[in-house]
Amino acid sequence: MEQYSITPLIILLPLAAFLLLGLFGNRFKPLTAGIIATLEMTATTVIAYFTAFSYFTSDRLPDGTFATFTPFDYVWLPLGEKLTFNMGILLDPISVMMLIVITTVSLMVHIYSLGYMKGEKGFQRYFAFLSLFTMSMLGLVVATNIFQMYLFWELVGVSSYLLIGFYYTKPSAIAASKKAFIVTRFADLGFLIGILVYGYYVGSYSFEYSAHLKAIATAGTMIPLALGLMIIGGAGKSAMFPFHLWLPDAMEGPTPVSALIHAATMVVAGVYLIARLFPLFVGFAPDVLHLAGYVGAFTALFAAVIACVQTDIKRVLAFSTISQIGFMIVALGVSTSADPHHGGLGYMASMFHLFTHAMFKALLFLGAGAVIHAVHSNEMKDMGGLWKYMPLTHITFLVACLAIAGIPPFSGFFSKDEILAATFMFSPTMGYLMTFIAGLTAFYMFRLYYNIFWAKPYEVKSGHGGHAHKPHEAPAVMTFPLLFLAAVTCVAGFIPFGNFVSSNGEAYHIHIDKQVAVTSVVVALVGIGIATLMYRGASRKVADGLERGFGFLYRAAVHRFYIDEIYQFVTHKIIFALISKPIAWFDRHVVDAFFDRLAWLAHVTATKIKGLQGGNVQSYAVVFLWGILAIMVALLFITFGVFWLM
Amino acid sequence: MVPMQYYLLVSTFMLFVGVFGFFTRRNLLTILISVELVLNAVDINFAVFNRYLYPEQLEGMFFSVFSIGLSAVEAAVAIAIIIVVYRNLENIRVSSLNKLKD
Repeated sequence: MEQYSITPLIILLPLAAFLLLGLFGNRFKPLTAGIIATLEMTATTVIAYFTAFSYFTSDRLPDGTFATFTPFDYVWLPLGEKLTFNMGILLDPISVMMLIVITTVSLMVHIYSLGYMKGEKGFQRYFAFLSLFTMSMLGLVVATNIFQMYLFWELVGVSSYLLIGFYYTKPSAIAASKKAFIVTRFADLGFLIGILVYGYYVGSYSFEYSAHLKAIATAGTMIPLALGLMIIGGAGKSAMFPFHLWLPDAMEGPTPVSALIHAATMVVAGVYLIARLFPLFVGFAPDVLHLAGYVGAFTALFAAVIACVQTDIKRVLAFSTISQIGFMIVALGVSTSADPHHGGLGYMASMFHLFTHAMFKALLFLGAGAVIHAVHSNEMKDMGGLWKYMPLTHITFLVACLAIAGIPPFSGFFSKDEILAATFMFSPTMGYLMTFIAGLTAFYMFRLYYNIFWAKPYEVKSGHGGHAHKPHEAPAVMTFPLLFLAAVTCVAGFIPFGNFVSSNGEAYHIHIDKQVAVTSVVVALVGIGIATLMYRGASRKVADGLERGFGFLYRAAVHRFYIDEIYQFVTHKIIFALISKPIAWFDRHVVDAFFDRLAWLAHVTATKIKGLQGGNVQSYAVVFLWGILAIMVALLFITFGVFWLM
Repeated sequence: MVPMQYYLLVSTFMLFVGVFGFFTRRNLLTILISVELVLNAVDINFAVFNRYLYPEQLEGMFFSVFSIGLSAVEAAVAIAIIIVVYRNLENIRVSSLNKLKD
């Protein structure tokens, strides 16, 4: 237990860096600020690794699980005798696993940003926000109760908003940041109501369920309701249908931010939430869990189809992220019990995929960032043939593509295989559907890969002043994170992940289901093969033919199935026009007008009577005299009535 | 014997002359004189009511003596203030006594 007394530093160090850079950032040179943040992140990473090492090497409890530690748990806001809002640190297998994921990716992104953001205006601000985000995300995963989680949940939302809108002079970035914030905030409304319902019926926000099982059992249908509402918040953060629409737009932010927030960490918060509440879901609301699984499966398919036709490389990656998070949710959704041998495999598979996906998706984004850095464009048509110019980026990107496509021995194969095995156990239909989506994943990732690095030879454009602009490999500070993450992607699959994380905490030995593995690899290879056929060469005969052949489907997918338009219609034409406008009219013409009139009345009266306050004592005395006379006359009337006049 | 009403008419006249002076004069000294007129009108009333309505008692007389003493004190204080005003402002116009507004 003593070795965990430094764990608060994991949160406090990034917070200190945020305060330092946020308040005094402009006193530092840009590079100094970046290095301060990176060093702080290195220290945090070291502490997190140390914590993880001592946690996973400590002895297991007699029942085969790792002990759950809460080194710190302070009552922050007492709400009543029993109900309190606590702030603390909870260490259990998944939170420790998340600590590793977040600190690793965050450190890599910090290092990478030193090169990628070089010379940008607001370099210090950028690193301040990165620190804020890291602090919030770490606070989220070590939360000891739902309320602390919700607090940090909103903080990651805010830092995501700040970072998407980093280029605040660009209208599209502002619109994207607002969209991301409003959509997730809207979904968080469900989360908050869920928390309140849960707290009301159970009387505790703590993740220590065992003490409250009786209250949970007597709450009856209120528990599934509360959990369903919480899942809505998770769906918003994890960009599940129909809240997915903010994530592609969030790509307006700097690319390293997309890698950190919108690929590896924040967007998996919803998955983490479900995993955190997993015992409740399995025990009391299995139907809600399965429903989430169906939504996840639909989202995975939907996003994969859209990813096949997008031409902005970051958008392809964004839809691929949505699709992969769909996989994780499906894996949780198909769990039917807490026993990993009987229906609880999905929990481990989901966490494993979360882990591997964070690494290779961050790698893909950072690779895409290096490409964008080199060609100054996000569009596929400006790329092609880059393998010659950027060998390191090319190799690492290929590794990540193979990993996400599910080709052994890269990490994605192992985690995806577990997910597919879990879905086949739940229902074969679901299994085949997810296998098909895995094939689609392989197809669109290799479409992306070929369009960036092969296809047509790169057209060297003559830049400013006539000298030709040739793309070149990124500086070492940017390629190091790529190489590191590529190395992780190569070996992460061989981590005996089930030993550390499983649905009931006992060690679970991962074994590859041969049938599932062979099927998924064959499907992935077919997907890669089709992509090779269509996009490897410079001519796009097959691709163009297909686009024409499926004209309607193609156009719909390019427009992301018009979901944004539907939202636009619902919000503008229905909500704004029919509800907001009348209310705004009422507010302006009735409520505001009433107070405007009051103010006007006071103003007019003041103008009229301000002459009385002239400062001349004698004029006051005249008024005084008139007052006395009036009172006397009044007294006479009161005393004698009207007869005294006669 | 002169009827009581005549005295009262004189005192009423004095009272309103005093009030009028108090309102219209611009000089602190004349305002003070007006105030004295008002006070003296009241003194006359005390004496007259005592003499005509309750001749066997002396409260009215005492009260008018008391009032004369009081007005002397008041005049002394007022004149002292006026002197201070003059030292500060070089005049004793009532319209220049507006420094509290600044």
